[in-house]
Amino acid sequence: MMASSYNAKEEDGHHSGASSHGAAGAVKSKKPDNTAFKQQRLPAWQPILTAGTVLPAFFVIGLIFIPIGIGLFVSSNNIKEFQIDYTGVDISSPCYSCAKNFSWNSTTPCVCYVPFTLNQSFESNVFMYYGLSNFYQNHRRYVKSRDDSQLNGDRSALTNPSKECEPYRTSDGLPIAPCGAIANSLFNDTLELYHIDSNGTSNPIPLAKKGIAWWTDKHVKFRNPGGNNNLSVAFHGTNKPVNWRNPVYELDPSDPENNGFINEDFIVWMRTAALPTFRKLYRIIQKKPNTTPTLPSGKYLLTITYNYPVLSFDGRKRMILSTISWMGGKNPFLGIAYITVGSICFFLGVVLLIIHHKYDTRNNSADIPN
Amino acid sequence: MDFSLLRNIISRYCVGEEIWVDSRTVYIGHKEPPPGAEAYIPQRYPDNRIVSSKYTFWNFIPKNLFEQFRRIANFYFLVIFLVQLIIDTPTSPVTSGLPLFFVITVTAIKQGYEDWLRHKADCSINECPVDVVQQGKVVRTQSHKLRVGDIVVVREDETFPCDLILLSSSRHDGTCYVTTTSLDGESSHKTYYAVPDTMAFRTEREVDSLHATIECEQPQPDLYKFVGRINIYTDKEEPVARTLGAENLLLRGATLKNTQHIYAVAVYTGMETKMALNYQSKSQKRSAVEKSMNAFLIVYLCILISKAVINTVLKYAWQWSPDRDEPWYNHRTENERQRHVVIRAFTDFLAFMVLFNYIIPVSMYVTVEMQKFLGSYFITWDEEMFDEELGEGAQVNTSDLNEELGQVEYVFTDKTGTLTENNMEFIECCVDGNVYIPHAICNGQILSAASSIDMIDSSPGGYRREHEDLFFRALCLCHTVQVKEEETVDGIKRGIHQGRPTSFYISSSPDEVALVEGMKRLGYTYLRLKDNYMEILNKDDEIERFELLHVLNFDSVRRRMSVIVRSSSGEYLLFCKGADSSIFPRVVSGKVEQVKARVEQNAVEGLRTLCVAYRRLSQSEYEEACHQLTEAKLALQDREQRLAQAYDIIERDFVLLGATAVEDRLQEKAADTIESLHKAGMKVWVLTGDKMETAAATCYASKLFRRSTQILELTKKRTEEQSLHDVLFELNRTVLRQRSISGLSVDCLDFGLIIDGATLSAVLKPNQERANPSNYREIFLEICRNCSAVLCCRMAPLQKAQIVKLIKASKEHPITLAIGDGANDVSMILEAHVGIGIMGKEGRQAARNSDYAIPKFKHLKKMLLVHGHYYYIRIAELVQYFFYKNVCFIFPQFLYQFFCGFSQQPLYDTAYLTLYNISFTSLPILLYSLVEQHVTMETLKREPSLYRDIAKNSLLRWPVFLYWTCLGVFDAVIFFFGAYFLFDNTTFTSNGQLMTTNTQMMFGNWTFGTLVFTVLVFTVTLKLALDTHHWTWINHFVIWGSLLFYVIFSLLWGGIIWPFLNYQRMYYVFMQMLSSGPAWLSIILLITVSLLPDVIKKVLCRAVCPTATERAQSTRPCLTVEPSTIFMLSQSSSRMSF
Repeated sequence: MMASSYNAKEEDGHHSGASSHGAAGAVKSKKPDNTAFKQQRLPAWQPILTAGTVLPAFFVIGLIFIPIGIGLFVSSNNIKEFQIDYTGVDISSPCYSCAKNFSWNSTTPCVCYVPFTLNQSFESNVFMYYGLSNFYQNHRRYVKSRDDSQLNGDRSALTNPSKECEPYRTSDGLPIAPCGAIANSLFNDTLELYHIDSNGTSNPIPLAKKGIAWWTDKHVKFRNPGGNNNLSVAFHGTNKPVNWRNPVYELDPSDPENNGFINEDFIVWMRTAALPTFRKLYRIIQKKPNTTPTLPSGKYLLTITYNYPVLSFDGRKRMILSTISWMGGKNPFLGIAYITVGSICFFLGVVLLIIHHKYDTRNNSADIPN
Repeated sequence: MDFSLLRNIISRYCVGEEIWVDSRTVYIGHKEPPPGAEAYIPQRYPDNRIVSSKYTFWNFIPKNLFEQFRRIANFYFLVIFLVQLIIDTPTSPVTSGLPLFFVITVTAIKQGYEDWLRHKADCSINECPVDVVQQGKVVRTQSHKLRVGDIVVVREDETFPCDLILLSSSRHDGTCYVTTTSLDGESSHKTYYAVPDTMAFRTEREVDSLHATIECEQPQPDLYKFVGRINIYTDKEEPVARTLGAENLLLRGATLKNTQHIYAVAVYTGMETKMALNYQSKSQKRSAVEKSMNAFLIVYLCILISKAVINTVLKYAWQWSPDRDEPWYNHRTENERQRHVVIRAFTDFLAFMVLFNYIIPVSMYVTVEMQKFLGSYFITWDEEMFDEELGEGAQVNTSDLNEELGQVEYVFTDKTGTLTENNMEFIECCVDGNVYIPHAICNGQILSAASSIDMIDSSPGGYRREHEDLFFRALCLCHTVQVKEEETVDGIKRGIHQGRPTSFYISSSPDEVALVEGMKRLGYTYLRLKDNYMEILNKDDEIERFELLHVLNFDSVRRRMSVIVRSSSGEYLLFCKGADSSIFPRVVSGKVEQVKARVEQNAVEGLRTLCVAYRRLSQSEYEEACHQLTEAKLALQDREQRLAQAYDIIERDFVLLGATAVEDRLQEKAADTIESLHKAGMKVWVLTGDKMETAAATCYASKLFRRSTQILELTKKRTEEQSLHDVLFELNRTVLRQRSISGLSVDCLDFGLIIDGATLSAVLKPNQERANPSNYREIFLEICRNCSAVLCCRMAPLQKAQIVKLIKASKEHPITLAIGDGANDVSMILEAHVGIGIMGKEGRQAARNSDYAIPKFKHLKKMLLVHGHYYYIRIAELVQYFFYKNVCFIFPQFLYQFFCGFSQQPLYDTAYLTLYNISFTSLPILLYSLVEQHVTMETLKREPSLYRDIAKNSLLRWPVFLYWTCLGVFDAVIFFFGAYFLFDNTTFTSNGQLMTTNTQMMFGNWTFGTLVFTVLVFTVTLKLALDTHHWTWINHFVIWGSLLFYVIFSLLWGGIIWPFLNYQRMYYVFMQMLSSGPAWLSIILLITVSLLPDVIKKVLCRAVCPTATERAQSTRPCLTVEPSTIFMLSQSSSRMSF
């Protein structure tokens, strides 16, 4: 492409028979400038990766990484985590009947109770997750099946959702709000947690449903059309997603501020997971002001309103309780990785030291005759 | 027979109505020929419009687009783009459309601008005024309106508007002077002649009364060939026919000099002029790097297709159960469901292709083009390659071959003007064995004639005296030198008469100038050629006049030239000068032995020798010769051949007079350059037309042959004694034996081969008798392969190209470089992989046809060892790095398909996909490929052997390519699975989720992609930083700048809700990621792990088996150190620990 310009120049040269006056001026400028850049003599730092220069770097990396890794590993191990699969695959499982008899049309919710025991008490804030397996939230057809303008409160998008939402765009001739496959498949199991104390009474554990979504999502990216007042009017002329029981403005009957597109459960669900096995934050169990642990060890009961079918695609549902540390949730991988890499670097440093020592002397002796 | 008939019919049929004939008939002034003349064949000629532009206003867009999409890469991206438009693909069409649009637009704008310039140039040329004679009057018209047959008036210093036949000039002898600087670069004035019958026309009216036709060949591009005939019709008489040759044809583009005005008739116009025919661009040369790049591309294309096929197959295998294909939460639309499964599968295949298409990056082509284009400026900017005398630096005629300069294995060099100065100095002459040496010129004054001749043999005799006179006269007369006056005609008269050298000699051959100037110093001054009389000022200050009757021009086949003159006493004399080999066989008397001895002695000293002989012609002999010459010159067909025959007959029975010796000094640092090239592992061949002894002497002087070199001769002299067969086999045996002995010590003995043109053609001639005709050729190549230096003497220009071709085609396919300065080197310059022209004295033809032009031979050293080396390592890294970074880029996407149900879900956001190659990672590598210097320039010059490290395309061979690709795959696996295990570690004892302490937010698939992408951009950029050995402030700026740019862009891209976008998937993703501690930790970890293997490989290779380059790197003094925190830290700590 670029090279063709030379030909053009050459031809131009032939044409311009009367360029004699120009040539005189050109002679002077033909002498190239003696600038450092043009002569490729810019001052430069010229590092070489030799065993000698790299060695300290290896040791330094090793010395830094191993402590970090140990720290990560220890703090990850200090995190308490408990999870329970309540899908109901086995006959023995409490949710077996709910899972078995699931039907989209049933009006009465199926409730099942899963008792479990915590062997250790959970200090500080405890986070409650639901986890799904074999659920392809990252499928391309699924990921793009949403309309961000609609979710941002755009009125035209509310009544005329994006084509990407097909086939969850309209139902009964009315536009669906929120449209798309993601919204349609909103996780709608209700999980409740009861602590069963020594005398057998079950106390409900308060579950905070706010503060589980990104602040920016809740306040900027997701917005209700026409403000948060009178949502039923704002959503007039739209239909609820097919699989939903309630329209979007009735997602949280207990808190009117948590309805419509800014419902936090909805926002969390709308952030599609990266992998087919994922967990999403469901509730937060706030630390009690007194010194008692948030979840003392003992017996618990998980009450599930079983609305969400996963057996058809061989999926699994879990409930997870976890505490967090400075580096997030329980993840021994990072710590182990750091320790491994650090040790490898340290080991390589030693190997290089030997090599460096061995070959450097050889090279030096070889250089002398030269 | 049948075939030719058929071909004729076909060609006639194809041409259509227009009848194609071998010659054209031009009616001067458009006058009909008188009845009875040959059948009138109407031919249509183009008008005199020059069209160098490619496009018009209307066809620019379609034609330019067509041209651009003919490039396979552009076409590929167009197809990808169209696929994206048509089918539902994972990435929006913008991702490939935008870069493609950008590339196409930039190219189109550039080409459009160039074409606009061409249009402007065309316009100014086509509209420049031209004077035409019509009905006896001069009419002013525009250049493009000229027609074949128009009579044109051209005035002094005007450029000829088309190819013209000179009819008459304002000079009385019917000649005009012309300079063809703009055509072939020769600045000398050339004389053109009018036909005697028309040269008398002085006015428009007279010219208009001319009734004549010109028959001439159809236009052909050879500037120096023209065959034609002019038929002049006079009243009621037979037409007079005169031959026309190249000396009658004024070429478009040449300029009229020293002549007031001329009348001439247009024969070739417009695009048929010889200048326009010479526009045809040369065939494109492709560099070895480009070839390997294309090979890599094919590999990647295969990888791409197989990736897409694998994914498509797996997708359908995986989707076999309907629950996976369409779970309740993720239904297809009706439209999709109704589509046939085959169509669906094909669409899926295309979608995968689109998803992975970035593995072949559009930006690579742009970057490579930019690198070559911008990089070539370093050659033109190089001050060391600037020659003060010439006032010119190196020239780059094509930037496509920059890196080929670092790959040269064979250097073919011309001798005269290339190795030597081509600045001839007359050293001595010898008449019958007596040697004359002119004294040096003192203070610019020529010493008086008497003292300037050093008489060695002081026995004067009549015979000797006569020969001496003839010898000096011969040298004064037998040449084609022109005298250039200072300003006006008066100027010469005054100048010469006052004995002041205000005039100087010009000739196309510097030897002739040297000889004539030498004669001047010996007392015989050639004054001028006036009205066909040559005037000589002899020793006694008398003017002698000789009528110049015929000039038998020099040509490289005959290797001699002659003149026939008539002295004032009425004697006819033929003087001939030429190479000894062409004179001695034709000599009948004279002191041959003495002269021969002297010639040989001079040749051994490296002087250029010429022999001079004469022959007295009787009246009848002269007339006979005259007749033969005119007849041959008049011939329309085979004129060359017939002239050669005539010359052969006339130039015989010579009396030998003596010989001359002219020195051609070696160019400055020629020996040093050749030595460096040798050390760099290149084989240097000298191809010259000179005789063996002279050439061999030059070779010794230039250290091509050393004293220790064992010379193998393959010359005519030897093949006369033995058969060619025996000689070849014997030499081969010698070479092989030596090699087997010296297997241990490599350079104990090297061979030099001398071969001459005659033997070479015998070697190359297909041998009918033998079963395998290429047998000699193979043996010859085998011998050559083992010789460090080869000298080919007595070569014709075409033979030079043949040799280059022979080596090019040999089984190793070495990269060849030809360097030369003259027109005779053009063929080999065009043939070789890289052609280098020296801006020499013999015109600019070589420089014009070359790929690179340099002022002096010594500049070749820097050109190859420094620039070539740099360009090669730069482009090699560029190519490998581009493939590497795109493997890193695309392979995680491929892996991701296994985790997203083969749904073609892209891992990265559209903006990242688009900008990765355009902006995040483009500038550092472009800058690297422009300024990288792995070793300093001084080291490269000091140690030419470093050149061997990159020989044979070593940085782009398959193992290296495989290493880079594996590194890319490794890095990609690290990126992807690193992020995977951080996001989902079900394989570990427990599973966790990345969270942050303050917000405890969940991360989705876009965060996953962004994490991978961030690691990717940093790793890929830092990998380049590790490879950079030359950190100027620009490198720092660009590398850290582009990383910073990535961060800033990501912050911005995720920072606001973008209006006009139908998705906001990246909103705050990057910030959320950065606010999480583990993300930071994992980014650092993954970058470290990705870079680790490359660092280890580098360090180990350097420590265990360092290459010469690496040794040179570690021994160099670290003069310029700029502080940089990380590396300074590591360096200082290294000092402390050891």
